[in-house]
Amino acid sequence: MNITLKVWRQKNAQDKGGFKTYPVANVSPDMSFLEMFDVLNEQLLAKGEDPVHFDHDCREGICGMCSMYINGKPHGPKDAVTTCQLHMRSFKDGDSITVEPWRAKAFPVVKDLVTDRSAFDRIIQSGGYISINTGGVPDANEIPIPKKIADQAMDAATCIGCGACVAACKNASAMLFVSAKVSQLAMLPQGQVERKTRAERMVAQMDEEGFGACTNTGACSAECPKEISLENIARLNREFYGAKLKSENV
Amino acid sequence: MSWFTKAMSSNIGKKLIMAFTGLFLILFLVGHVSGNTLLFGTDGGLAFNAYAKFMTTNPAVKILSYITYISILVHVVYSIIVTRTNKTARPVGYEVNAGSTNSSWASRNMGVLGTILLIFLVVHMKGFWYEMHWGEIGTDINGNKDLYGVVAKAYAEWWYVLLYVVSMGFLAFHLSHGFSSAFQTLGLNHKKYTPIIKGVSLGFSILVPAIFAAIPIYMFINS
Repeated sequence: MNITLKVWRQKNAQDKGGFKTYPVANVSPDMSFLEMFDVLNEQLLAKGEDPVHFDHDCREGICGMCSMYINGKPHGPKDAVTTCQLHMRSFKDGDSITVEPWRAKAFPVVKDLVTDRSAFDRIIQSGGYISINTGGVPDANEIPIPKKIADQAMDAATCIGCGACVAACKNASAMLFVSAKVSQLAMLPQGQVERKTRAERMVAQMDEEGFGACTNTGACSAECPKEISLENIARLNREFYGAKLKSENV
Repeated sequence: MSWFTKAMSSNIGKKLIMAFTGLFLILFLVGHVSGNTLLFGTDGGLAFNAYAKFMTTNPAVKILSYITYISILVHVVYSIIVTRTNKTARPVGYEVNAGSTNSSWASRNMGVLGTILLIFLVVHMKGFWYEMHWGEIGTDINGNKDLYGVVAKAYAEWWYVLLYVVSMGFLAFHLSHGFSSAFQTLGLNHKKYTPIIKGVSLGFSILVPAIFAAIPIYMFINS
Protein backbone atom coordinates (compact mmCIF):
# COMPACT_ATOMS: atom_id res chain seq x y z
CA MET A 1 0.00 0.00 0.00
CA ASN A 2 1.04 3.58 -0.64
CA ILE A 3 -0.18 6.15 1.84
CA THR A 4 0.12 9.93 1.98
CA LEU A 5 0.33 11.26 5.51
CA LYS A 6 -0.49 14.81 6.48
CA VAL A 7 1.00 15.10 9.94
CA TRP A 8 1.02 17.89 12.53
CA ARG A 9 4.60 18.95 13.25
CA GLN A 10 5.39 21.20 16.19
CA LYS A 11 8.91 21.63 17.61
CA ASN A 12 7.84 22.41 21.18
CA ALA A 13 5.02 23.89 23.26
CA GLN A 14 5.92 27.44 22.15
CA ASP A 15 6.21 26.66 18.43
CA LYS A 16 3.18 27.53 16.29
CA GLY A 17 3.39 24.28 14.36
CA GLY A 18 1.90 23.24 11.04
CA PHE A 19 1.11 20.30 8.78
CA LYS A 20 3.72 18.44 6.74
CA THR A 21 2.96 15.89 4.04
CA TYR A 22 4.91 12.64 3.78
CA PRO A 23 4.45 9.85 1.25
CA VAL A 24 4.90 6.39 2.81
CA ALA A 25 5.52 3.58 0.33
CA ASN A 26 5.31 -0.21 0.72
CA VAL A 27 3.00 -0.23 3.70
CA SER A 28 1.77 -3.70 4.64
CA PRO A 29 -1.98 -3.97 5.35
CA ASP A 30 -1.06 -6.04 8.42
CA MET A 31 0.91 -3.21 10.00
CA SER A 32 -0.62 -1.34 12.89
CA PHE A 33 -1.01 2.41 12.48
CA LEU A 34 1.91 2.95 14.85
CA GLU A 35 4.13 0.49 12.93
CA MET A 36 3.38 2.52 9.81
CA PHE A 37 4.65 5.56 11.72
CA ASP A 38 7.77 3.56 12.69
CA VAL A 39 8.40 3.01 8.97
CA LEU A 40 7.93 6.71 8.28
CA ASN A 41 10.32 7.63 11.10
CA GLU A 42 13.00 5.25 9.82
CA GLN A 43 12.71 6.98 6.43
CA LEU A 44 13.02 10.38 8.10
CA LEU A 45 16.02 9.28 10.20
CA ALA A 46 17.76 7.91 7.09
CA LYS A 47 17.38 11.34 5.52
CA GLY A 48 18.70 12.99 8.69
CA GLU A 49 15.32 14.59 9.53
CA ASP A 50 13.66 14.80 12.92
CA PRO A 51 11.29 11.82 13.36
CA VAL A 52 7.61 12.41 14.16
CA HIS A 53 7.16 12.19 17.92
CA PHE A 54 4.12 10.29 19.15
CA ASP A 55 3.02 8.65 22.41
CA HIS A 56 2.90 4.86 22.65
CA ASP A 57 3.70 2.18 25.18
CA CYS A 58 2.10 -1.25 25.38
CA ARG A 59 0.83 -1.44 21.79
CA GLU A 60 -1.79 -3.89 23.08
CA GLY A 61 -4.65 -1.43 23.52
CA ILE A 62 -4.55 -1.39 27.32
CA CYS A 63 -2.16 1.36 28.45
CA GLY A 64 -3.90 4.43 27.05
CA MET A 65 -0.75 6.13 25.80
CA CYS A 66 -1.35 6.23 22.04
CA SER A 67 -3.36 9.26 21.05
CA MET A 68 -3.72 10.25 17.43
CA TYR A 69 -6.59 12.15 15.87
CA ILE A 70 -6.86 10.32 12.54
CA ASN A 71 -9.04 11.73 9.74
CA GLY A 72 -11.17 13.63 12.23
CA LYS A 73 -11.62 10.84 14.78
CA PRO A 74 -9.63 9.91 17.89
CA HIS A 75 -7.91 6.52 17.36
CA GLY A 76 -9.08 6.52 13.75
CA PRO A 77 -12.11 5.19 11.85
CA LYS A 78 -12.71 1.91 13.70
CA ASP A 79 -14.93 1.61 16.78
CA ALA A 80 -13.60 0.43 20.12
CA VAL A 81 -9.91 0.28 19.22
CA THR A 82 -6.88 2.33 20.18
CA THR A 83 -4.49 3.67 17.54
CA CYS A 84 -2.04 0.81 18.21
CA GLN A 85 -4.79 -1.73 17.47
CA LEU A 86 -5.83 0.03 14.26
CA HIS A 87 -4.40 -1.72 11.22
CA MET A 88 -3.58 -0.38 7.79
CA ARG A 89 -6.12 -2.79 6.26
CA SER A 90 -8.71 -0.32 7.55
CA PHE A 91 -7.45 2.08 4.87
CA LYS A 92 -7.24 1.88 1.10
CA ASP A 93 -4.18 1.98 -1.14
CA GLY A 94 -3.50 5.58 -2.11
CA ASP A 95 -5.39 7.05 0.86
CA SER A 96 -4.43 10.43 2.25
CA ILE A 97 -4.60 10.45 6.05
CA THR A 98 -4.56 13.53 8.28
CA VAL A 99 -3.05 12.96 11.73
CA GLU A 100 -3.38 15.54 14.51
CA PRO A 101 -2.69 15.61 18.24
CA TRP A 102 -5.51 15.70 20.83
CA ARG A 103 -6.74 19.30 20.91
CA ALA A 104 -7.65 20.75 24.30
CA LYS A 105 -6.45 23.58 26.48
CA ALA A 106 -5.92 21.05 29.27
CA PHE A 107 -3.80 18.83 26.95
CA PRO A 108 -1.08 21.18 25.64
CA VAL A 109 1.07 19.87 22.79
CA VAL A 110 4.56 18.91 23.97
CA LYS A 111 5.95 18.04 20.53
CA ASP A 112 4.36 16.91 17.25
CA LEU A 113 1.61 14.44 18.24
CA VAL A 114 2.60 14.22 21.91
CA THR A 115 0.34 16.03 24.37
CA ASP A 116 0.69 16.52 28.10
CA ARG A 117 -2.18 14.61 29.67
CA SER A 118 -1.08 15.04 33.30
CA ALA A 119 -4.33 16.95 33.90
CA PHE A 120 -5.92 13.47 34.14
CA ASP A 121 -3.32 12.43 36.73
CA ARG A 122 -4.11 15.49 38.85
CA ILE A 123 -7.83 14.67 38.69
CA ILE A 124 -7.08 11.12 39.93
CA GLN A 125 -4.81 12.52 42.66
CA SER A 126 -7.63 14.79 43.82
CA GLY A 127 -9.91 11.87 44.70
CA GLY A 128 -9.73 8.86 42.41
CA TYR A 129 -8.39 6.52 45.08
CA ILE A 130 -9.44 4.65 48.20
CA SER A 131 -7.66 4.91 51.55
CA ILE A 132 -7.32 1.48 53.08
CA ASN A 133 -5.03 0.00 55.70
CA THR A 134 -2.76 -2.61 54.23
CA GLY A 135 -2.35 -5.84 56.18
CA GLY A 136 -2.98 -9.52 55.71
CA VAL A 137 -4.66 -10.68 52.54
CA PRO A 138 -8.47 -10.63 53.11
CA ASP A 139 -10.61 -13.61 52.21
CA ALA A 140 -11.82 -13.50 48.62
CA ASN A 141 -15.51 -13.38 49.52
CA GLU A 142 -15.28 -11.38 52.73
CA ILE A 143 -17.12 -8.43 51.16
CA PRO A 144 -20.13 -9.65 49.19
CA ILE A 145 -20.67 -7.74 45.93
CA PRO A 146 -23.52 -8.66 43.57
CA LYS A 147 -22.27 -9.88 40.19
CA LYS A 148 -24.23 -7.19 38.34
CA ILE A 149 -22.67 -4.39 40.37
CA ALA A 150 -19.22 -5.91 40.02
CA ASP A 151 -19.70 -6.05 36.25
CA GLN A 152 -20.85 -2.43 36.03
CA ALA A 153 -17.94 -1.26 38.17
CA MET A 154 -15.57 -3.30 36.00
CA ASP A 155 -17.05 -1.79 32.83
CA ALA A 156 -16.33 1.69 34.20
CA ALA A 157 -12.87 0.59 35.34
CA THR A 158 -11.89 -0.45 31.82
CA CYS A 159 -11.26 3.26 31.08
CA ILE A 160 -7.58 3.52 30.16
CA GLY A 161 -7.45 7.31 30.51
CA CYS A 162 -6.29 7.89 26.92
CA GLY A 163 -8.24 11.14 26.58
CA ALA A 164 -10.13 10.23 23.37
CA CYS A 165 -13.32 11.46 25.08
CA VAL A 166 -11.81 14.91 25.56
CA ALA A 167 -10.42 14.89 22.03
CA ALA A 168 -13.76 13.93 20.47
CA CYS A 169 -15.94 16.25 22.55
CA LYS A 170 -16.71 19.55 20.86
CA ASN A 171 -16.31 21.18 24.29
CA ALA A 172 -13.13 19.27 25.22
CA SER A 173 -15.03 18.03 28.27
CA ALA A 174 -13.53 15.35 30.52
CA MET A 175 -16.88 14.20 31.89
CA LEU A 176 -16.69 10.64 30.50
CA PHE A 177 -13.24 10.04 32.01
CA VAL A 178 -14.14 11.53 35.41
CA SER A 179 -17.50 9.76 35.45
CA ALA A 180 -15.86 6.40 34.79
CA LYS A 181 -13.34 6.96 37.57
CA VAL A 182 -15.99 8.14 40.04
CA SER A 183 -18.39 5.35 39.06
CA GLN A 184 -15.99 2.43 39.43
CA LEU A 185 -15.46 3.34 43.10
CA ALA A 186 -18.94 4.67 43.93
CA MET A 187 -20.51 1.32 43.06
CA LEU A 188 -18.24 -0.78 45.28
CA PRO A 189 -18.24 -1.08 49.09
CA GLN A 190 -14.54 -0.19 49.23
CA GLY A 191 -15.27 3.19 47.67
CA GLN A 192 -17.93 4.34 50.15
CA VAL A 193 -15.69 6.04 52.73
CA GLU A 194 -14.54 8.82 50.43
CA ARG A 195 -17.53 8.69 48.10
CA LYS A 196 -18.86 12.25 48.62
CA THR A 197 -15.50 13.98 48.94
CA ARG A 198 -14.27 12.14 45.85
CA ALA A 199 -17.10 13.41 43.63
CA GLU A 200 -16.69 16.97 44.92
CA ARG A 201 -12.91 17.10 44.57
CA MET A 202 -12.64 15.38 41.20
CA VAL A 203 -15.29 17.64 39.65
CA ALA A 204 -13.57 20.72 41.12
CA GLN A 205 -10.20 19.58 39.74
CA MET A 206 -11.75 18.84 36.33
CA ASP A 207 -13.05 22.44 36.14
CA GLU A 208 -9.73 23.76 37.43
CA GLU A 209 -7.85 22.06 34.59
CA GLY A 210 -9.89 23.96 32.00
CA PHE A 211 -11.99 21.17 30.49
CA GLY A 212 -15.33 22.24 29.01
CA ALA A 213 -18.86 21.46 30.20
CA CYS A 214 -20.80 18.39 29.05
CA THR A 215 -23.54 19.08 26.51
CA ASN A 216 -24.54 15.41 26.16
CA THR A 217 -23.68 15.05 22.48
CA GLY A 218 -22.49 11.50 23.15
CA ALA A 219 -19.39 11.88 20.96
CA CYS A 220 -17.14 10.79 23.86
CA SER A 221 -18.82 7.42 24.34
CA ALA A 222 -19.07 6.83 20.59
CA GLU A 223 -15.32 7.35 20.17
CA CYS A 224 -14.18 5.70 23.43
CA PRO A 225 -11.90 2.73 22.67
CA LYS A 226 -13.32 1.02 25.77
CA GLU A 227 -16.94 2.00 25.00
CA ILE A 228 -17.51 3.62 28.40
CA SER A 229 -21.27 4.24 28.67
CA LEU A 230 -23.01 7.60 29.00
CA GLU A 231 -24.81 6.13 32.02
CA ASN A 232 -21.63 6.92 33.91
CA ILE A 233 -22.00 10.64 33.18
CA ALA A 234 -25.53 10.58 34.58
CA ARG A 235 -24.18 8.75 37.61
CA LEU A 236 -21.44 11.37 38.06
CA ASN A 237 -24.10 14.09 37.95
CA ARG A 238 -26.08 12.23 40.65
CA GLU A 239 -22.96 11.64 42.74
CA PHE A 240 -22.06 15.32 42.49
CA TYR A 241 -25.52 16.62 43.43
CA GLY A 242 -25.77 14.10 46.28
CA ALA A 243 -22.33 14.97 47.58
CA LYS A 244 -23.01 18.70 47.44
CA LEU A 245 -26.30 18.26 49.33
CA LYS A 246 -25.12 15.79 51.94
CA SER A 247 -21.37 16.06 52.48
CA GLU A 248 -19.89 17.75 55.55
CA ASN A 249 -17.72 20.00 53.39
CA VAL A 250 -19.28 23.45 53.69
CA MET B 1 -24.39 28.97 51.46
CA SER B 2 -20.96 29.11 49.87
CA TRP B 3 -21.22 25.36 49.18
CA PHE B 4 -24.36 26.04 47.17
CA THR B 5 -22.96 28.86 45.05
CA LYS B 6 -19.78 26.83 44.55
CA ALA B 7 -21.84 23.86 43.34
CA MET B 8 -23.86 26.05 41.00
CA SER B 9 -20.78 27.76 39.55
CA SER B 10 -19.19 24.43 38.61
CA ASN B 11 -19.66 23.28 35.02
CA ILE B 12 -22.12 20.61 36.17
CA GLY B 13 -24.03 23.19 38.22
CA LYS B 14 -24.33 25.53 35.26
CA LYS B 15 -25.66 22.69 33.15
CA LEU B 16 -28.15 21.86 35.90
CA ILE B 17 -29.50 25.41 35.64
CA MET B 18 -29.74 25.01 31.86
CA ALA B 19 -31.65 21.75 32.37
CA PHE B 20 -34.12 23.13 34.91
CA THR B 21 -34.91 26.28 32.91
CA GLY B 22 -35.10 24.24 29.70
CA LEU B 23 -37.55 21.76 31.22
CA PHE B 24 -39.69 24.59 32.56
CA LEU B 25 -39.78 26.13 29.09
CA ILE B 26 -40.87 22.73 27.73
CA LEU B 27 -43.77 22.79 30.22
CA PHE B 28 -44.54 26.31 29.05
CA LEU B 29 -44.67 25.05 25.45
CA VAL B 30 -47.28 22.47 26.46
CA GLY B 31 -49.51 25.23 27.82
CA HIS B 32 -48.83 27.55 24.90
CA VAL B 33 -49.60 24.98 22.24
CA SER B 34 -52.79 23.81 23.95
CA GLY B 35 -54.09 27.38 24.13
CA ASN B 36 -53.15 28.04 20.53
CA THR B 37 -55.34 25.19 19.29
CA LEU B 38 -58.26 27.58 19.95
CA LEU B 39 -57.10 29.36 16.79
CA PHE B 40 -58.42 26.37 14.83
CA GLY B 41 -61.92 27.32 16.09
CA THR B 42 -64.69 28.57 13.80
CA ASP B 43 -66.15 31.12 16.23
CA GLY B 44 -64.30 34.07 14.77
CA GLY B 45 -61.77 33.97 17.61
CA LEU B 46 -64.17 34.66 20.52
CA ALA B 47 -62.86 31.71 22.57
CA PHE B 48 -59.26 32.63 21.74
CA ASN B 49 -59.78 36.25 22.82
CA ALA B 50 -61.37 35.12 26.09
CA TYR B 51 -58.41 32.79 26.63
CA ALA B 52 -55.96 35.62 25.87
CA LYS B 53 -57.72 37.82 28.43
CA PHE B 54 -57.52 35.06 31.03
CA MET B 55 -53.80 34.52 30.31
CA THR B 56 -53.01 38.21 30.81
CA THR B 57 -55.18 38.91 33.85
CA ASN B 58 -55.29 35.77 36.01
CA PRO B 59 -52.90 36.23 38.99
CA ALA B 60 -51.70 32.59 38.99
CA VAL B 61 -50.93 32.76 35.27
CA LYS B 62 -49.14 36.05 35.91
CA ILE B 63 -46.77 34.36 38.36
CA LEU B 64 -46.16 31.56 35.85
CA SER B 65 -45.50 34.07 33.09
CA TYR B 66 -42.88 35.85 35.21
CA ILE B 67 -41.20 32.49 35.89
CA THR B 68 -41.24 31.92 32.13
CA TYR B 69 -39.57 35.28 31.40
CA ILE B 70 -36.93 34.56 34.05
CA SER B 71 -36.39 31.04 32.66
CA ILE B 72 -35.82 32.36 29.15
CA LEU B 73 -33.40 34.99 30.44
CA VAL B 74 -31.45 32.57 32.66
CA HIS B 75 -31.39 29.90 29.91
CA VAL B 76 -29.93 32.43 27.46
CA VAL B 77 -27.41 33.95 29.89
CA TYR B 78 -26.15 30.55 31.06
CA SER B 79 -25.91 29.25 27.52
CA ILE B 80 -23.58 32.17 26.75
CA ILE B 81 -21.50 31.48 29.86
CA VAL B 82 -21.24 27.73 29.16
CA THR B 83 -20.51 28.28 25.46
CA ARG B 84 -17.68 30.68 26.33
CA THR B 85 -16.15 28.13 28.72
CA ASN B 86 -16.48 25.42 26.10
CA LYS B 87 -14.89 27.53 23.37
CA THR B 88 -11.87 28.35 25.55
CA ALA B 89 -11.46 24.65 26.40
CA ARG B 90 -10.20 24.10 22.84
CA PRO B 91 -8.14 27.09 21.68
CA VAL B 92 -6.74 25.27 18.62
CA GLY B 93 -9.29 23.38 16.55
CA TYR B 94 -8.92 20.35 14.29
CA GLU B 95 -8.03 20.46 10.62
CA VAL B 96 -10.30 17.49 9.96
CA ASN B 97 -13.19 16.67 12.28
CA ALA B 98 -15.76 13.95 11.72
CA GLY B 99 -18.31 15.11 14.26
CA SER B 100 -21.21 13.83 12.19
CA THR B 101 -20.06 10.24 12.75
CA ASN B 102 -20.36 10.37 16.53
CA SER B 103 -23.12 12.82 17.42
CA SER B 104 -26.34 14.35 16.10
CA TRP B 105 -26.30 17.63 14.20
CA ALA B 106 -28.72 19.22 16.66
CA SER B 107 -26.58 18.29 19.67
CA ARG B 108 -23.56 20.01 18.12
CA ASN B 109 -25.46 23.16 17.13
CA MET B 110 -27.63 23.92 20.14
CA GLY B 111 -26.09 27.39 20.48
CA VAL B 112 -26.81 28.34 16.86
CA LEU B 113 -30.34 26.90 17.08
CA GLY B 114 -30.94 28.73 20.36
CA THR B 115 -29.74 32.04 18.90
CA ILE B 116 -32.11 31.70 15.94
CA LEU B 117 -34.96 30.87 18.34
CA LEU B 118 -34.12 33.92 20.45
CA ILE B 119 -34.34 36.19 17.39
CA PHE B 120 -37.63 34.52 16.49
CA LEU B 121 -38.85 35.06 20.05
CA VAL B 122 -38.17 38.81 19.83
CA VAL B 123 -40.12 39.07 16.56
CA HIS B 124 -42.88 36.85 17.95
CA MET B 125 -43.27 38.79 21.20
CA LYS B 126 -43.23 42.13 19.40
CA GLY B 127 -45.95 40.88 17.04
CA PHE B 128 -48.41 39.46 19.56
CA TRP B 129 -47.32 39.69 23.20
CA TYR B 130 -46.44 43.40 23.04
CA GLU B 131 -49.57 44.20 21.03
CA MET B 132 -51.77 42.35 23.55
CA HIS B 133 -50.26 44.20 26.52
CA TRP B 134 -49.63 47.68 25.21
CA GLY B 135 -50.72 47.85 21.58
CA GLU B 136 -53.85 49.63 20.35
CA ILE B 137 -56.16 46.81 19.32
CA GLY B 138 -59.92 46.72 18.99
CA THR B 139 -62.40 44.60 20.96
CA ASP B 140 -64.63 41.73 19.89
CA ILE B 141 -68.38 41.47 20.50
CA ASN B 142 -67.75 40.15 24.03
CA GLY B 143 -65.67 43.22 24.87
CA ASN B 144 -62.40 41.29 24.99
CA LYS B 145 -59.30 42.61 23.24
CA ASP B 146 -59.36 41.24 19.71
CA LEU B 147 -55.98 39.46 19.67
CA TYR B 148 -57.45 37.03 17.16
CA GLY B 149 -57.77 39.90 14.71
CA VAL B 150 -54.08 40.76 15.18
CA VAL B 151 -53.09 37.13 14.65
CA ALA B 152 -55.33 36.69 11.61
CA LYS B 153 -53.94 39.87 10.02
CA ALA B 154 -50.33 38.77 10.62
CA TYR B 155 -50.90 35.29 9.22
CA ALA B 156 -52.44 36.69 6.04
CA GLU B 157 -48.88 37.61 4.99
CA TRP B 158 -47.10 34.69 3.32
CA TRP B 159 -43.63 35.74 4.50
CA TYR B 160 -44.82 35.92 8.11
CA VAL B 161 -46.23 32.39 7.80
CA LEU B 162 -42.96 31.21 6.26
CA LEU B 163 -40.96 32.77 9.11
CA TYR B 164 -43.07 30.90 11.65
CA VAL B 165 -42.93 27.56 9.88
CA VAL B 166 -39.16 27.70 9.42
CA SER B 167 -38.63 28.82 13.02
CA MET B 168 -40.69 25.86 14.25
CA GLY B 169 -38.31 23.63 12.29
CA PHE B 170 -35.44 25.06 14.31
CA LEU B 171 -37.46 24.59 17.50
CA ALA B 172 -37.94 20.92 16.59
CA PHE B 173 -34.19 20.38 16.27
CA HIS B 174 -33.47 22.32 19.48
CA LEU B 175 -36.00 20.19 21.37
CA SER B 176 -34.83 16.93 19.78
CA HIS B 177 -31.59 17.25 21.74
CA GLY B 178 -32.61 19.49 24.63
CA PHE B 179 -35.52 17.43 25.95
CA SER B 180 -33.64 14.18 26.60
CA SER B 181 -30.35 15.94 27.33
CA ALA B 182 -31.94 17.74 30.29
CA PHE B 183 -32.79 14.40 31.91
CA GLN B 184 -29.21 13.16 31.45
CA THR B 185 -27.94 16.35 33.11
CA LEU B 186 -30.32 15.78 36.01
CA GLY B 187 -28.65 12.38 36.38
CA LEU B 188 -31.74 10.50 35.24
CA ASN B 189 -30.42 7.73 33.04
CA HIS B 190 -31.85 4.29 33.56
CA LYS B 191 -32.19 1.19 31.37
CA LYS B 192 -35.95 1.16 31.93
CA TYR B 193 -36.79 4.84 31.65
CA THR B 194 -34.24 6.37 29.27
CA PRO B 195 -35.76 4.70 26.17
CA ILE B 196 -39.16 6.10 27.25
CA ILE B 197 -37.68 9.59 27.78
CA LYS B 198 -35.99 9.39 24.36
CA GLY B 199 -39.26 8.30 22.71
CA VAL B 200 -41.33 11.01 24.39
CA SER B 201 -38.59 13.52 23.53
CA LEU B 202 -38.72 12.61 19.85
CA GLY B 203 -42.51 12.64 19.76
CA PHE B 204 -42.69 15.95 21.59
CA SER B 205 -40.11 17.64 19.38
CA ILE B 206 -42.02 16.64 16.25
CA LEU B 207 -45.62 17.06 17.47
CA VAL B 208 -45.44 20.40 19.30
CA PRO B 209 -43.59 22.39 16.59
CA ALA B 210 -45.87 20.73 13.99
CA ILE B 211 -49.02 22.00 15.74
CA PHE B 212 -47.45 25.43 16.18
CA ALA B 213 -46.54 25.54 12.49
CA ALA B 214 -49.95 24.26 11.38
CA ILE B 215 -51.73 27.29 12.89
CA PRO B 216 -50.25 30.01 10.63
CA ILE B 217 -50.65 27.71 7.60
CA TYR B 218 -54.30 27.03 8.50
CA MET B 219 -55.03 30.70 9.07
CA PHE B 220 -53.24 31.74 5.88
CA ILE B 221 -55.36 29.34 3.85
CA ASN B 222 -58.52 30.65 5.54
CA SER B 223 -57.57 34.31 5.18
